[in-house]
Amino acid sequence: MNRGEALLRWAAPGLLGLGVLALWEGLVRAWAVPDYVLPGPVAIARALVADWPLLSASLLVTLEVAALALVAAVSVGGLLAVLFAQSRWVERALFPYAVVLQVTPVVAIAPLVLIWVNSVTVALLICAWIVAFFPILSNTVLGLNSADRNLADLFRLYGATRWQALWLLRLPSALPYFLAGLRVAGGLALIGAVAAEFVAGVGGSGSGLAFRILEASFQLRIPRMFAALALISACGIAIFALLGLVQHLLLRRWHESALRAER
Amino acid sequence: MTALSAPVFRHGEAPAPPGPLVSLRGVEKRFANGTLALAGVDLDIAPGEFLSLLGPSGCGKSTLLRLITGLAEPSAGRIAWAPGHEERRRAIGFVFQDPTLMPWATALDNVRLPLRLAGVPRAEGEARAAAALARVGLAGFERAFPRELSGGMRMRVSIARALVTQPSLLLMDEPFAALDELTRHRLNDDLLALWAESGITVVFVTHSVFESVYLSTRILVMTPRPGRVVAELRHDGVPAPREAEYRTSAAYAALCREASHALAAATGMAP
Ligand SMILES: Nc1ncnc2c1ncn2[C@@H]1O[C@H](COP(=O)(O)OP(=O)(O)O)[C@@H](O)[C@H]1O
Ligand SMILES: [Mg+2]
Repeated sequence: MNRGEALLRWAAPGLLGLGVLALWEGLVRAWAVPDYVLPGPVAIARALVADWPLLSASLLVTLEVAALALVAAVSVGGLLAVLFAQSRWVERALFPYAVVLQVTPVVAIAPLVLIWVNSVTVALLICAWIVAFFPILSNTVLGLNSADRNLADLFRLYGATRWQALWLLRLPSALPYFLAGLRVAGGLALIGAVAAEFVAGVGGSGSGLAFRILEASFQLRIPRMFAALALISACGIAIFALLGLVQHLLLRRWHESALRAER
Repeated sequence: MTALSAPVFRHGEAPAPPGPLVSLRGVEKRFANGTLALAGVDLDIAPGEFLSLLGPSGCGKSTLLRLITGLAEPSAGRIAWAPGHEERRRAIGFVFQDPTLMPWATALDNVRLPLRLAGVPRAEGEARAAAALARVGLAGFERAFPRELSGGMRMRVSIARALVTQPSLLLMDEPFAALDELTRHRLNDDLLALWAESGITVVFVTHSVFESVYLSTRILVMTPRPGRVVAELRHDGVPAPREAEYRTSAAYAALCREASHALAAATGMAP
């Protein structure tokens, strides 16, 4: 890829975004739409700056829940995947329950979790974890079972122990699958955290971005609402990009997905 | 240090012809789905020979190799190893049709794998793996990943990995079938040189008459449904390594003709 192409790759979505924002601002002004119906980008930016102390504190709370949930999803999802990969029977017995957790909407489980768990933070964490762990589990199980057959034979031929085959063959084979799952799970952890916050609806100083959105909507502070929304989106994009970078760094030397076509 | 130091039997000074390294008697393989892949195979693998199994695809060549490795069990008959080689899993090197390398590991780590699985310390393993890579002409490529190597080089890595444990038996399952002709010829010559200097026993599966004649001291012709050995051709006379002109010599052409006829007769014979 040459420099011009690289520039275009970033410039194209950037210019498009700027154009849409400009159009938005223009239309809002032309029709004199009041802020409590639809604020323009300038009003939103102003709210973002003015409310930054409040919003950034809430952002940290939400991000912390999402990050912890992701860590928990990686550890539990990864460990469960390794357990599933040990025997078809374990996988058959447990996988349906993982699917049940996955298909049940988190907003429907959250009230229950909030009743059962005393600490709101822990309850939020559990909800975000439920949403985030499935892609990690299912992808890693698939990856662990996708090791090359001939390589597996070779390991047997050389008398590899189960542990050696897991560590040296199956886990590296699963890495690209795991990382793809991780990238999905990163976004889901954030979504899960925000959704659970909505259900919890807790106020006070330690509340997350979702509560700021609720609060702003009750108070008809629509620009602040949009500002919080923009922050959540920006975080989602940042998480996705960061995990993409991790994926690239870990796979670039050997995996097809990280190859750049050479001409 | 040489990576291979198995005794050389071939050059004729050994007092008595040693017994077979591996012998198969009445070996049959029926798969769970009912396919009879092999029937009544009697086969002795002599130490130091270069034995080719020649036959059309589907005649059970790969199955036969898997039985010899112990990765699969025969449904009838038995496979016996010469005394001193019972630890057969450590004494076998295997090369697949595809290089079958770990894409996430460097050439050196790929070659070191068998040693690592056997618990050889890292420093010693790396030294031996580097020596094995050098023997197949890949010195300087230790840190390369498989995808950075050409098809022929990957196959060399695969051969180095098979040789690194200094096995007494090297099994190769159509190893060069996917390579272009020039690369294949070069690998044929290098393989012969390795064989000649190390005295390792090779069982080489191929469907190419020319390749089997060029390489082997003995060729077994196989036919399908059920897979069995139907003809044997020997030519101990040709010295290894081959002269450069050998491929165009009349003697080579005559042997190829003989092998082709044997194969044609054998496959015509099959039901
Ligand atoms: N795991 C298996 N299950 C059932 N049939 C098999 C299996 N492996 C090989 N076969 C059959 O056994 C026969 C011999 O196969 P193979 O040894 O791979 O032949 P070759 O290597 O000579 O091409 C073929 O008919 C093939 O379809
Ligand atoms: Mg085969």
